[in-house]
Amino acid sequence: MPQVTLTVNGKNSTVEVEGRTLLVELLREKLRLTGTHVGCDTSQCGACVVHVDGESVKACTILAVQVDGGQVTTIEGLAAADGTLHPMQEAFREYHALQCGFCTPGMVMSAIDLVQKHPEGMSEREIREGLEGNLCRCTGYHNIVKAIAAAQDVMHGKRSELARAAE
Amino acid sequence: MNVVAPFEGIGASVRRKEDLRFLSGRGQYTDDIARPGQAHACILRSPHAHARILKLDAAAARAMPGVVAIYTGEDTKGLGGIPCGWQLHNKDGSPMAEPRHPVIAEGKARHVGDPVAVVVAETRTQAKDAAEAIEVEYEVLPALSTMKEALAPGAAQLHDAAPGNLCYDWHIGDKAATDAAFARAHKVVRFETTNNRLVPNAMEPRAAIGDYDPTTGEHTLWTTSQNPHVIRLLMGAFVLNIPESRLRVVAPDVGGGFGSKIYHYAEEAIVTWAASKLNRPVKWTCDRSEAFISDAHGRDHVTTCELALDETGKFLGLRVDTLANMGAYLSTFAPCVPTYLYATLLSGVYSLPTIYAEVKAVFTSTVAVDAYRGAGRPEATYLLERLVDVAAAETGMDRVEIRRRNFIATDAFPYQTPVALQYDSGDYFSTLDAALETAGWAGFEARRAEAAKEGKLRGIGISTYVEACGIAPSAVVGSLGARAGLYEVGTIRVHPTGSVTVLTGAHSHGQGHETTFAQLVADRLGVPLSQVDVVHGDTAKVPFGMGTYGSRSLAVGGSAMVKAMDKVVDKAKKIAAHLLEASVQDIEFDRGTFRVAGTDRTKALAEVSLAAYVPHNYPIEELEPGLEETAFYDPKNFTYPGGCHICEVEIERDTGKVSVVNFTAVDDVGRVINPMIVEGQVQGGVAQGIGQALMEQAVYDESGQLLSGSMMDYSLPRAEDLPMVSVANHVTLCTHNPLGVKGCGEVGAIGSPPAVMNAVVDALREFGVRHVEMPATPAKIWNIINAGAQRMAAE
Ligand code: FES
Ligand code: FES
Repeated sequence: MPQVTLTVNGKNSTVEVEGRTLLVELLREKLRLTGTHVGCDTSQCGACVVHVDGESVKACTILAVQVDGGQVTTIEGLAAADGTLHPMQEAFREYHALQCGFCTPGMVMSAIDLVQKHPEGMSEREIREGLEGNLCRCTGYHNIVKAIAAAQDVMHGKRSELARAAE
Repeated sequence: MNVVAPFEGIGASVRRKEDLRFLSGRGQYTDDIARPGQAHACILRSPHAHARILKLDAAAARAMPGVVAIYTGEDTKGLGGIPCGWQLHNKDGSPMAEPRHPVIAEGKARHVGDPVAVVVAETRTQAKDAAEAIEVEYEVLPALSTMKEALAPGAAQLHDAAPGNLCYDWHIGDKAATDAAFARAHKVVRFETTNNRLVPNAMEPRAAIGDYDPTTGEHTLWTTSQNPHVIRLLMGAFVLNIPESRLRVVAPDVGGGFGSKIYHYAEEAIVTWAASKLNRPVKWTCDRSEAFISDAHGRDHVTTCELALDETGKFLGLRVDTLANMGAYLSTFAPCVPTYLYATLLSGVYSLPTIYAEVKAVFTSTVAVDAYRGAGRPEATYLLERLVDVAAAETGMDRVEIRRRNFIATDAFPYQTPVALQYDSGDYFSTLDAALETAGWAGFEARRAEAAKEGKLRGIGISTYVEACGIAPSAVVGSLGARAGLYEVGTIRVHPTGSVTVLTGAHSHGQGHETTFAQLVADRLGVPLSQVDVVHGDTAKVPFGMGTYGSRSLAVGGSAMVKAMDKVVDKAKKIAAHLLEASVQDIEFDRGTFRVAGTDRTKALAEVSLAAYVPHNYPIEELEPGLEETAFYDPKNFTYPGGCHICEVEIERDTGKVSVVNFTAVDDVGRVINPMIVEGQVQGGVAQGIGQALMEQAVYDESGQLLSGSMMDYSLPRAEDLPMVSVANHVTLCTHNPLGVKGCGEVGAIGSPPAVMNAVVDALREFGVRHVEMPATPAKIWNIINAGAQRMAAE
């Protein structure tokens, strides 16, 4: 069986996998990091999104062996060591952007990448379009959009019109 | 001393207690649980809609690596069938047809997805590989993809026990009086429609783990359920014959339900049974594509209706004839959805003197249909609110005016409808006025003209609705065929140092009970929110419960907690009286403090609870130690949330794409405990309603294959498909529960679809469109626009 060596949330691991093992299976089953979820089998829902080398990736759509040597961050690795939440996690809580919580890890990981890729800041429409890879069945996205709008300002160190309007 | 900051109690938008674990990846959903030594099950499902199983050869599969066991219907035929929780009666008084629903198909498969065999293997992939190696020889029988086909004379029979594929033929209301009303009508408006079939698609796929301890004989089932005690009751008593004392059902964190996780499913029985046969844990997790063909679907009605009006536009009577699809087997609540949760709502918010409704429920070779968010009330609301718009168009009346003219008067409550329900409270005029104001109804024509300049078609639609939830009085539902009581159970455990644990039979799968229920305790007992913990979802911890569906958690479960808190306060007052050397009659209690009336002599709750558990100075002759009380609350009536939704759409002429540009919901959900959570519930419900109106539909082809069988083919609303949703409340209190609450989980999905469709029809009015069926997909709308344009060009 092939071996994969990777860093997950700052910790090195070497794991034996099958050639067909998906990254999400490695995370959930081998490393027992069950915060990353599986909501579909057609790469539609985004519940499985993690960061690989700083970019958001659907962990159900990439083989574990492809991530050999990579740096992976999952929802479990977002908060600071002292428990301080990432601004995106904080905003999701503040704006009630989660209900059942199942889409939440993938949604938060996607949102962080989205904000990082748009240092100029996004409008409501751009945030909605940016979430095309993530499904939420509970919230209707209203509060998710508000949370991301607020978090982008914190992450970029400024306050936008949208966040003010959302308050 | 008042220890509670007021912002933690009733009416405060406190942030949710559960969020930290979900945001940190520390939720514990069923699939996150790994039992030591667990094996994995894979279900081999029928690829045919209707087929005899002639031969099943598992020899090659058994020899595959890792295979532990393979089971077929032969192995499980001694088990009970999956039970139905509701027995309807036909017009003639005879009981509905209730064919056996085997755990694994017995000789015949009745829908694509029907379990045919179960493979248990060391790993999930080994189980899947082996399932593929099972050879099944089928004799394909005619599929019954639609109700029309199933009811056609000479149609193939799905079940021997259901002649003509008919489950029941039921009616409600006064036929003679309704006929008489139509005979004297000035105008009769007729309308036919289909309520599109939906796939619930909670984001967490179903999963189940069975475990068995041979030394104690205890079975444990972890399952993605909205109601673990109900699963214990149904599976233990009817399928596996396990006494409650030996069966523990745990529904841990559950990732959304929307009804689809109420029901007892075969897979739960399979893993529980297999675990005891194999003496090791057995786990099954559903793939999404598998969920499409095994989770119960929703809606799927075909209806014809007629409304009789007098010359002033007053409604005189309503006639409704509905076909309701049950799918291949009766799911837990299926029979009651198109009857007691649908036909009883046909009076809507209107004073309708007489109604007669007939409902036929039909078996088809499709996956079972049961309650999905709203369950029957969205179907009733859609029918009525489209019908009223059609009536307005045909009588030349204004859409708002025709509604106002027929609303139940605000001083007419309690209001007895002609279809069994008695609404306790409501104020439809106020929710209407507030919604018209917020949505800018008066200024709409200017916005329409503006859009027209950009070549867009803009329309506005309104829906005024009432629903019945907070289910339900046990005696009433019992007389209507429910095989269970629908009370709820709450335990308040005050610990020695004054913190509180709440045990509730309701189950949270997104609703935020851990917060809302804690707010009730903070408000009443004055315990800070941080010291109140809510426990749910485990039959070994919570005494009993009926679970969460029908927006009942707060109205029924919350009321049980209030009753339990009343008992706690009663007992604590006696203890306080002893400690304060006063008479019980003189003790007052307010948010955490017991006081001898008119004095400054007080005891805090924590002092009283300490005395209860360390009863050194205690009225031990009269009172038991401890401070914990349980209450069962059986509601006196349904609750009746209502309100008004207004939707504004824009349609692109070139593509037929409908965009919702404004959505306003003004709902009366009774007293609001946490406005932030209520708003979120309404927004989520509206999103599902917009999904139903514009995007979602389960489509079966004539061979019974589900064409929309994955997230690639079934169109779920994404962020860019939805607008911001403006939510407001106008409160009238429920008159019969102690909190005055009505329920908010389903109003969004109930009120919104007709508002959207009324807007779509309004936008298309220049093309002479009378009605558009849901979902209003771009292709459908483009065809309407194109046909209309061609017709107009020809004229
Ligand atoms: S699990 Fe759905 S996209 Fe990965
Ligand atoms: S919070 Fe439940 S799916 Fe998004």
